[in-house]
Amino acid sequence: MTPTVFSPTGIRFENIDKRYGGLYALRRVSLDISAGECVVFAGRNGSGKTTLLRIAARLARPSSGTVSFLSGGEDRGGTLPPAGFVAHATMVYDELTAEENLLLFARLQGIAEPAARAESLLREVGLAERRNSLVRTFSRGMRQRVAIARALLNEPAVVLLDEPTTGLDTEGASWFAQTLRHLRDSGRTILMSLHGESEVSTLATRAIRLDAGAVVADTLTGANLRSILAFSNA
Amino acid sequence: MALLSNTTVLLGKELRTEFRSRELLTTTVVFILTIVVLFSFTFDPSVTESRRFGPGLLWLAFLFAASLMLQPCFLREQNNDTLSALRLSINDPFAIFLAKLAANTLFLLFTQVLLLPVFSILYNVPVLAAFPQLVLVMFMGSLGLSVTGTALSAISAQARMRELLLPLLLLPLLTPVLIASTEATAALLVPNPALRWDWLGFLLAFDVVFLTALWLFGEYLLEE
Amino acid sequence: MKKKILVAAVVVMLMSVAAYAALFIAPTESKMGTIQRIFYLHAPSGMVALLSFFVCFVGNLGYVFTRQPKWDWVGVSAAEVGMAFCTVLILTGPIWAHPVWGIWWTWDARLTLTFVLWLLYTSYLLLRTLVEDPDRRALISAIYGIFAFLDVPLVYGSIRWWRTQHPQPVIMGGAGSGLEPTMRKVFWFWFLNLVILMIFLIRERYALEAMREEVHSLEREAEAA
Repeated sequence: MTPTVFSPTGIRFENIDKRYGGLYALRRVSLDISAGECVVFAGRNGSGKTTLLRIAARLARPSSGTVSFLSGGEDRGGTLPPAGFVAHATMVYDELTAEENLLLFARLQGIAEPAARAESLLREVGLAERRNSLVRTFSRGMRQRVAIARALLNEPAVVLLDEPTTGLDTEGASWFAQTLRHLRDSGRTILMSLHGESEVSTLATRAIRLDAGAVVADTLTGANLRSILAFSNA
Repeated sequence: MALLSNTTVLLGKELRTEFRSRELLTTTVVFILTIVVLFSFTFDPSVTESRRFGPGLLWLAFLFAASLMLQPCFLREQNNDTLSALRLSINDPFAIFLAKLAANTLFLLFTQVLLLPVFSILYNVPVLAAFPQLVLVMFMGSLGLSVTGTALSAISAQARMRELLLPLLLLPLLTPVLIASTEATAALLVPNPALRWDWLGFLLAFDVVFLTALWLFGEYLLEE
Repeated sequence: MKKKILVAAVVVMLMSVAAYAALFIAPTESKMGTIQRIFYLHAPSGMVALLSFFVCFVGNLGYVFTRQPKWDWVGVSAAEVGMAFCTVLILTGPIWAHPVWGIWWTWDARLTLTFVLWLLYTSYLLLRTLVEDPDRRALISAIYGIFAFLDVPLVYGSIRWWRTQHPQPVIMGGAGSGLEPTMRKVFWFWFLNLVILMIFLIRERYALEAMREEVHSLEREAEAA
């Protein structure tokens, strides 16, 4: 699978339910996200943000309902490279170096010329000099950079981020916002969950609030972006 | 074929990780050594007694060691949620299991081959004559331990009390491996060593059954 | 409710008839005497335990492929009932063996398999108590249950094969081997009875599990509201 210029992709959630035992993490969530949108999900802990993102990443399967990835009006779910996913956990191996981590995932994903790709991504995220250091020795901010590099290995059209700025200092968050701006401006569809207003949230083109697994506010239907973000820790 | 190449890449990762820290290998070797020494207090290791009890005790030690060594197998992947990263990167999750069980087999075999001479000296049992055959038996036994152990490690990683749980789940299941390996080993420690192809065949059948079960059901163990 | 009492009454009646048959109708065995009569409980218990675990296996497969909780309920019910019969076998063995042969236990193929089964399904039930989420619990234990049952023929085969090389006294002959006609009838009557008892117990346990899950989900909904 050679990395190609990605085609802009939208996401459609249709009647997504996710149950854990008798508890509903998500209740009949239906959303249409157009290609190129940068969507922020706000909500209390346990409101379903992480679950929704993991379902979009195809890490979790909905109890009912479907997720489709639409490119050029067609569902390309099966053939598209998977979405890039950045979570609070770094999802990289502490005992491997930054370069080894990227090489590993690049090879697994069948990327042509994995070494070159890893090298260029390391440079993009500013870790070229630390490529041979074990991730265990990295700061939180540097780990997030490796995580982003990993997520972008196969040039995904969709990037999913679950509270990515947690634990980052202001410099780290600033770098992150800048990186995200690049991604958004290059036409990628971005879904991220955040805990409140910040430099990163200013990039949003749309905000959605979840509460107890249901959509309760959406800037698309007229809600106020700031108010959605402001109440997220209530 | 993607499954084979993914398995190879992942196997490389498992081996590299372990050889960097050598935690699993060293603790396993020391653990087996300790058991072998403790066993020596339970009977008088004359040549005849050692031939009678030795193989069984040796494999019992290997079994206990395996049930401890296999615990971190999937627990490690929970640390930074690297399991999710793997699931995102490959289509067939069976590669994850194959790589881990291949790595575990190699680790177990390595510790066993290392300890065989020690056992031979401490218990006055000659192993040189049939050394290659013994390695073959240990390989087949280790494969049996790894196939089931890797699967159950994935199971116990999702439960509480996982350190105690894995040995509890694993040891009864491994009864056939214990019997087959002990018999095959015993037959190689006598004056006219002979390779017991019947028991090796049995071990092969064991491996095939559980490898198939793992192939059929393994992916369900990894889903959310 | 009435139907349940009726069924229970029938089961009790059948068991009483079976007990009478074992104690009075079956002829006394020439070599071992009266204690041999426990054989009518011992041998069929083993067969029914295995049958129960097979039902558990079916439940496990059912859950993995359909994800409907009722299959999980079948699994746990059959496992518990199987454990009960397994325990009966393990307890009746020594009760019989000691007066007759002077030994409490022997590691013949059948008894050893039973013990391993006992351990395997204890692990199955223990595993279930250690996973919180009901769906995860059902899936994880189902897969373990499948592994456990696949092991059964392998355990039995390896022990038997091993025993042909290192023989041990067998506590009783093969099921029904060398049995005089009346004895054989009593034996199969017991087997039938125990199968009926097994079905009854599994159904009751299943109903209990279904009710339990309903209560739990009502509790959770109430909490969430």
